[in-house]
Amino acid sequence: MEVPKDLLYTTEHEWIRVEGEQVYLGITDYAQDQLGDIVFVELPELETEVITGDAIAVVESVKAVSSVYSPVSGTVVESNIELEDLPELLNEEPYSNHIAVINISDPDELEDLMSPADYEAFCAEQE
Amino acid sequence: MSKLIFEKNLKGSNSFTLPPADIPEVDITSSIPASFLRETAPALPDISEVEAVRHFVDLSHRAYGVDNGFYPLGSCTMKYSPKINEWAARLPGFTSIHPYQSVETVQGAMELLYNMQNMLAEITGMDAVTLQPAAGAHGEMTGVMIIKAYHQGRNDQGRTKMMVPDSAHGTNPATANVVGYDVVEVKSNRRGLVDLEDLKSKMSPEIAGLMLTNPNTLGLFEEEIQDIAAVVHDGGGLLYYDGANLNAVMGISRPGDMGFDVVHLNLHKTFSTPHGGGGPGSGPVGVKSYLADYLPVPMVDKKDDKYIFVYDRPLSIGKVKNFYGNFGVIVKAYAYILALGAEGIKDAAQQAVLNANYLRQHLKKDYHIPFDRLCKHEFVATAKRQVDENGVITLDIAKRLTDYGFHPPTVYFPLIVKEALMIEPTETETRERLDDFLQAMASIAEEARNHPEIVTNAPHNAVITRVDEVTAARKPVVKWEDDS
Repeated sequence: MEVPKDLLYTTEHEWIRVEGEQVYLGITDYAQDQLGDIVFVELPELETEVITGDAIAVVESVKAVSSVYSPVSGTVVESNIELEDLPELLNEEPYSNHIAVINISDPDELEDLMSPADYEAFCAEQE
Repeated sequence: MSKLIFEKNLKGSNSFTLPPADIPEVDITSSIPASFLRETAPALPDISEVEAVRHFVDLSHRAYGVDNGFYPLGSCTMKYSPKINEWAARLPGFTSIHPYQSVETVQGAMELLYNMQNMLAEITGMDAVTLQPAAGAHGEMTGVMIIKAYHQGRNDQGRTKMMVPDSAHGTNPATANVVGYDVVEVKSNRRGLVDLEDLKSKMSPEIAGLMLTNPNTLGLFEEEIQDIAAVVHDGGGLLYYDGANLNAVMGISRPGDMGFDVVHLNLHKTFSTPHGGGGPGSGPVGVKSYLADYLPVPMVDKKDDKYIFVYDRPLSIGKVKNFYGNFGVIVKAYAYILALGAEGIKDAAQQAVLNANYLRQHLKKDYHIPFDRLCKHEFVATAKRQVDENGVITLDIAKRLTDYGFHPPTVYFPLIVKEALMIEPTETETRERLDDFLQAMASIAEEARNHPEIVTNAPHNAVITRVDEVTAARKPVVKWEDDS
């Protein structure tokens, strides 16, 4: 299972890449593997104000439907509309295909996210 | 794979001719606006009577129901539907009446509804019951609308969220969402039960209530139910009982005594009326006295030895279904309850629990049981050993079971258990039938060890083998189109 070293993670199996005031959000390799073949992604609407823990997107596989929770507070500034027609991109390259980009309102919230090492330990615990 | 009826189209084979009309013919364009008229005829298949009959009889042979064999679909309570229920529902006093008839002329049917309200109230420990909702999820919606009306009635407008455990039936969060609540998930603890600390941390003045199944979808009784109820009630919320698993405890313990405020029942599960496509269902809702004013109209009441409909209920959430619910289904469930009686109801629950534990004890020789302790009416096994040792997954085992003539258990649910096989035998199976199932499961485990390809390529006897579920979901083709 791949856990890139340059990203942050959540207990909901999401990855976060920080670029200035924006965070890119996607689901991890572990998440896509657990879900199986992803068949549909419901994306957040642009300009949506979110607070930490809000369900902002839905990922549906043949096995299950899962919510994607916002790891930070802020405003949705981009949704990856490519996923509407090609949800399988999340299976094929989970770390190259983000779901949304959020403009963060409180950078301190990033302190609460997990490091790659912590996330790997967390996944091992799930087995 | 056989043809669709549209593909059996053979021009000129429909030999029906209609007689000339015995009333004056009118040009349709003179009476219906052009915008409502189609310009081309619908693509109905041209097919002879005998070929149409064969088409549907052929399809009917592929159906599998409880009348064919064992159907251990977890959380669905696929118990046998006694045929005497059908006799009762077909009595002319029930089938030859009309819902618009004046109530004085249908006192027998009214008495049945009244008695049924009371019997279900007694079984669940509730004070008032409506029989109107059409099925389980509809009952959930009715119940959660009542919770919403209760909070609004107290002018408590801040409760915008509903709590649902991570082991819940999918209909629970869906219901909360439809009624206008955001869903807050409550975690399960290591014993598979509601994590009381997580519940406490999430209870707040924004929470309208908690929707809970007891026993839960793992077949485990929520032992801390009174503490759970106290947390929710102390926080100003209400406790909702999803009655899907009532079969495990009916006649023994009651949701009302556990602290629940609202409950829905599935007559098509617990009370033996036909399930699924053979339904329809029926999802009565019971409430405690302080919620009774919000129940749908009309309620059936008894006044001076006469049964009446009561419509004058200003706080009611209104009607949730036309007329009085799926009446024929209520008759069948009524017949079932009377046939069993109080002792029989309790006995059914005990037999259901015994059967589930019998299967659990014997299956653990070959299958991983994640919560291996006394269960109620159902339990969850997994394909963990087969996945790790043989590369065989739960889906393969489910497909292979159909080759052995069994309907598979519920698979990949609840979501908190990997590779879940959720097994609910119900009380209506004999030990011999349970042994047949155990033998099939043992054979499949043996095949997985020695010839895994037999299992991973199953089913071998079905009309259709593996369906490409991924492509079907990503690029669904939902209707037939003429390519020619």
